Amino acid sequence: MKNQTNVERKSDRELVSSRIINGPSRLVFESWTNSELFKKWWVPKSAPITLVSCEMDVRTGGKYRLVFNAGGQSAEFFGKYLEVTPYSRLVWSNDEGGVDAANITTVTFEEVNGTTLVIVHDLYPSKEALDDAIATGSSGAMPEQLEQLEELIANQRNL
Amino acid sequence: MVLYSRNRLDDTFAALSDATRRGVLLQLGRGNASITELADKFHMSRTGINKHVGILEQTGLVKTEKIGRVRTCMLGSCRLDSEAVWIERYKETWDRRFDALEMVVQELKQKKKDK
Repeated sequence: MKNQTNVERKSDRELVSSRIINGPSRLVFESWTNSELFKKWWVPKSAPITLVSCEMDVRTGGKYRLVFNAGGQSAEFFGKYLEVTPYSRLVWSNDEGGVDAANITTVTFEEVNGTTLVIVHDLYPSKEALDDAIATGSSGAMPEQLEQLEELIANQRNL
Repeated sequence: MVLYSRNRLDDTFAALSDATRRGVLLQLGRGNASITELADKFHMSRTGINKHVGILEQTGLVKTEKIGRVRTCMLGSCRLDSEAVWIERYKETWDRRFDALEMVVQELKQKKKDK
């Protein structure tokens, strides 16, 4: 049976997504920290976006850089790992909007009877920053805005 | 280019039908930028980028403020969707992403078993 994904705007500045994954936290953590594995799932196949490159230096203070392409338009997302605690916790900054505008993503992995509860917590620098992310649809280290707009335009063409 | 403004939605779709303009919106979603910065970012002339920003500005997707000689561009108040709709879309994205993660984890589990 498929587990449910939950998303909630917890406060003016916080967005929380969660899901139970059928597997031990060690393997789930590995899938988030090994770039070859990460590439396999971060961009769902149905999205009109490709993850062109993915560099991840997964250790506290290490950097990451993701380059996406959507219909010829490329977008870069980068930042720093602020905390790496194997199998239980990953914290990184999203620095592409500038240091003052950085939002912080905290992912926790909690193993229960061979399954893992994954909680992705995004903290934005201000209410305006999250409102703007919502307005443009850009959030979660992926140019979702592009996806959303491509979708809107595709729908319009079909009218 | 002449824009026939039948209604605001037509203008919005017209504005969004261009890859550069979508790129400008994405960029401004990450922070305000001057015309010069946008021109550099998109490898265009200031005149070229000005035209794109002008089209976005007409729809309310973008607004600009001129301070001295610098024109700063930022996201406008026209919202594509309500927050609830956006959250639903965001959830779909994470749902598909988690589905794919689940498959990767299952593959890893299988590999460990085979060893």
